[in-house]
Amino acid sequence: MVRLILERLAVAIPLLLIISLGVFALVHIAPGDPVRALLGTRPSDPATLAALRDKYHLNDPFVVQYGKWLWQVLQGDLGRSINGNRLVWSAIKERAGVTIFLSLIGTAIVLLFGVLLGMAAALRRGTRLDRAMVMFGVFGISSPAFVTGIFLLYFFGVVLGWFPTFGAGRSGFGDRLWHLTLPALALALSVMAIVVKITRASMIEELDRDYVTFARARGLSATRIIFGYVLRNALIPVVTAAGLVVVGLLASAIYVEVTFALPGLGSLTVDAVQKRDIPLIQGTTLVFSCFVVLVNLAIDIVYTLIDPRIRFGKVES
Amino acid sequence: MTLPLELPQMRGRLQRHGLTLPLLLCLAVVAIVTICAIFGSNIAPDSPFTQRLEVGDKPPSAEFLAGTDLLGRDVLSRVIHGARTALVGPIVVAAGAFAIATLLGLLSGYLGGLVDVAIMRWVDFMLALPGPLVAIVVVGVIGGGYWTAVLVLIILFTAPDTRIVRSAVLEQRPLPYIDAARALGISKRRILFVHILPNILPLILAYVVLDFAFALVNLAGLSFLGLGVQPGTPDWGRMLFENRNILFSNPPGLLLPAGMIILTAVSMNLIGDWLFERLTK
Repeated sequence: MVRLILERLAVAIPLLLIISLGVFALVHIAPGDPVRALLGTRPSDPATLAALRDKYHLNDPFVVQYGKWLWQVLQGDLGRSINGNRLVWSAIKERAGVTIFLSLIGTAIVLLFGVLLGMAAALRRGTRLDRAMVMFGVFGISSPAFVTGIFLLYFFGVVLGWFPTFGAGRSGFGDRLWHLTLPALALALSVMAIVVKITRASMIEELDRDYVTFARARGLSATRIIFGYVLRNALIPVVTAAGLVVVGLLASAIYVEVTFALPGLGSLTVDAVQKRDIPLIQGTTLVFSCFVVLVNLAIDIVYTLIDPRIRFGKVES
Repeated sequence: MTLPLELPQMRGRLQRHGLTLPLLLCLAVVAIVTICAIFGSNIAPDSPFTQRLEVGDKPPSAEFLAGTDLLGRDVLSRVIHGARTALVGPIVVAAGAFAIATLLGLLSGYLGGLVDVAIMRWVDFMLALPGPLVAIVVVGVIGGGYWTAVLVLIILFTAPDTRIVRSAVLEQRPLPYIDAARALGISKRRILFVHILPNILPLILAYVVLDFAFALVNLAGLSFLGLGVQPGTPDWGRMLFENRNILFSNPPGLLLPAGMIILTAVSMNLIGDWLFERLTK
């Protein structure tokens, strides 16, 4: 178990280093002189330029620059944004709340309804409900969250007027939930299809197993068989796909925040990219990527914990 | 009198190929989009660029069937012209990614050893990255719009595609015809490209179509964030970006391009699934 965690860490840490190298290299990838890219729209007097060169160690060789930058980042110093000259870290902290709230509601919808619908489709295999679920899967996988979001916005926001069409609400849990329902739904719909598909497939597989027949023969109730035996086994592939779900959710969150004009990390990133605010882009990209890598690490470990076959080393993971 | 006799036959023939009604509809959607992409300027009622600032954003009328956008441009004409960037980029992405992936997958699956390890490590690394975020940041920082986006997507799509090709090659490798070819002293290159490739080509074709759908959605997404096509270009994703404030005044300005993105992507996905069933079983 400990060995497994160490093994996974041995993959995750180099991955994080390579990502940080890529993020650092953004300064140099930007067309033109790195100083110009970092200067943005500020006036270019020699003193500012020299200060920038000094701040980003641009006079050092590339590897030294990267080392110094990484050291600063590890100490929590992500620099200042070009537009507004704010601390990148505080801008991120200010915006993270909306994104976290949005992702949590999205995840809840995905897990709850995704698993339930997948189960329903598997239990009613071949019926109209099943076919509808398969069709829903195709639509969900094909239509990106920002497009679904526009339709939700139109029907529930404009035509019916049930939900607000922009912003994250001022204060209080209720108001925020009301503002974030449509975005979370748009977010969930695009990712839920994967969960429905996987749950359906693995439920169908599990339902055909001998232990189900045996449980029936023992006279156990259908509810007991489904929730006590089948679902527990059928959910293992869903956990494996959780990494896919998380990456999908976060990527969709970026788009959804723009569609619904929410002040979250995603719209902060897009804003920074549009204005070519390199330090801010670096900061948000690092935060997003670290999160994705850490979640994948956590899922790998949870996966091992819940599947006894892997825990006891009987199956190659 | 021949018609009633022929119809069931036709239906039988269509069904033998798995061509159900939804699939025929999908093929029709793709055909219409393709026609719009090629003959857009002949079909569209108006130029996609003509501005009428005095008209502004108006809901649909007899003159403008889908209304006008903020600059008074005809939404319908812009959607019809938008078919071009919606088809060209994704085709290049899907074909480009699979061209590279086929080469890497063949080498990795057939040669094995260090080549295989190196290629698969790279694939694992690429798959661990949050792809959409990488696309947004790289395209945004490098600049260059549409074609930079196409290039970045090719690189991102190559990784999963390589894995698909590799596993298909691994399935072919133990088959007797490969042993026979090797016993005859046929060169590795010839075995790879003349013997294995034709056998896995149907699978690749099916995945190219599925890749097209993903590329379409991704390119439209980048344009929606203002990072894809140049400002002013008639493009479905870009229209969602430019028209995001006219949802109240002229809903079709957003709903029509959004609907076209979904329709085209769903159609290509279903066609891809159908090709997959037909060609690989």
